Amino acid sequence: MELNLLVLCYLIGSVTFIVGLKMLSNPASARNGNILAAAGMLIAIIGTIFLYEENGQKLGNYTWIFAALAIGSVAGTLMAKRVQMTAMPEMVSLFNGMGGACAALISVIEFRHLVHTSDVASIDQSSLLIIMLGLIIGTVSFAGSMIAWGKLNGSIKDFAFKGQHIINIVLLLMTLLLAGHNIINRPEQMELFFYGVVALALVYGIFFVLPIGGADMPVVISLLNSFTGVAAACGGFLYDNKVMLTGGILVGAAGTLLTILMCKAMNRSLQNVLIGSFGGGTTAGGATQVGGTYKEVTLSDAAVVMSYANKVMIVPGYGLAVAQAQHVCHELEKTLEAKGVEVKYAIHPVAGRMPGHMNVLLAEADVSYEKLLEMELANEEFKNTDVVLILGANDVVNPAAKSDPSSPIYGMPILEVEEAKHVIVNKRSMKPGYAGIENQLFFQPKTSMLFGDAKKALQDLLAEVRNL
Amino acid sequence: MNQILQWIATHQEMIYVVALMIFVGIEVIGRVPSVLHTPLMSGANAIHGVVIIGAIIVMGKAEGGNVLALILGFLAVLLGTLNVVGGFVVTDRMLEMFKKKK
Repeated sequence: MELNLLVLCYLIGSVTFIVGLKMLSNPASARNGNILAAAGMLIAIIGTIFLYEENGQKLGNYTWIFAALAIGSVAGTLMAKRVQMTAMPEMVSLFNGMGGACAALISVIEFRHLVHTSDVASIDQSSLLIIMLGLIIGTVSFAGSMIAWGKLNGSIKDFAFKGQHIINIVLLLMTLLLAGHNIINRPEQMELFFYGVVALALVYGIFFVLPIGGADMPVVISLLNSFTGVAAACGGFLYDNKVMLTGGILVGAAGTLLTILMCKAMNRSLQNVLIGSFGGGTTAGGATQVGGTYKEVTLSDAAVVMSYANKVMIVPGYGLAVAQAQHVCHELEKTLEAKGVEVKYAIHPVAGRMPGHMNVLLAEADVSYEKLLEMELANEEFKNTDVVLILGANDVVNPAAKSDPSSPIYGMPILEVEEAKHVIVNKRSMKPGYAGIENQLFFQPKTSMLFGDAKKALQDLLAEVRNL
Repeated sequence: MNQILQWIATHQEMIYVVALMIFVGIEVIGRVPSVLHTPLMSGANAIHGVVIIGAIIVMGKAEGGNVLALILGFLAVLLGTLNVVGGFVVTDRMLEMFKKKK
């Protein structure tokens, strides 16, 4: 009876995960989908604690389990509630790393159990294979996520050296060979080799993410997310547990597709991202010379141009996210609207630090959903637009993506802002963006530059507009 | 070879689940508008926290005298909880903002 009840709990869990993910793909039902999946997770967890038995033996150590659950819940809630919306990607990366570490720890414990209770030469090889897989994938996901987390919050800098890709491949091969040796030959020193695999996987995870540039971090996090899913699924195989299997594989598959979608939006192959051709500090330059003179615009001029325009399009980018300027940006939008200017936002799919990041940020500042135009729609409207205000975006508006086949971003769909009558670019300096390439847009006659931190510049601009 | 076939035969149910789930995962995500990519990634991140069930099983099975196993199991449950709870709460926070301005 009780075991059958547990099966029902797991069935409910699996179905809620699928339905929840499905509901997450629609803005109207997304929040309920998330709550549904969380409820399914809760049922599966409670079911496991009280109903699970192995060889007629119930689980014990309730004090330890509940202590860990309580501490984890309080800490997790606090972290999730306190994090700034701009720091969202780091948070996801951190939680992902926790999941990876959890999967790796399960493998470590199960392996120790196997080695200490039976003769090394008689250990079941399929269990070993699954334990090793869970261990390697979980460890790489953990190490990689921690590096990604450090990189996004600025405490770890890009780091690459010549031949790093070769070292990475060698590291990966060594990890797999050592694990394979353990599984196939079941050597006497299996335990020692096992920890060797842990160490190698840790180092590989670190070196795997270190050379990848900050702009590509979302792709990496998405990939590591699907890794952790697969690691969780390994646990499903180990315990013949369907809810772990379905949840893990579901995320593994969905995460992989999301990774590919993100790469497509940047018109790059996954291989290209992972090898880090322009993330790794190589100075990739186009053949066409970029340069000339750019002109600056004063705050009052910018304010006048925008106030007397019919239609203003705001292009938010990474700079807006870093400066946390979404609220003052919304203020400016409202003030302009009150003067009869039509204001909209043009959202590039990979603007910000993650796909959809701009939407989340602007939603936080109460910007209406209808004002956010996706790239295709925005591109149709630019020719009727009087002023485009670019806030800390660079590569997503670089015309070289259309015109210069030798440019590293050639072929990437961009926001065609040069169709508009005026372009005002807010940047902190003339420094190139993440892709490390110059942007001809800044030197065009219709473009004027407004230097400064996005928040400060917008506040000043807002004051000018109000004074008119 | 025989061993591999044997393994597939004994785990066929699980292998079917894996194969079908791959398609479900792809189908479910395929129609997501890009505006929801960040919450979706975050939600998926919370769902793979289901690995916590393995951690609870490991923890519950550990013998009382085996301190190292207890400590490792405790850590595993703790990290898994962070993944699950943190993941769902963060996703909810993001989605809450989407709803507000309707």
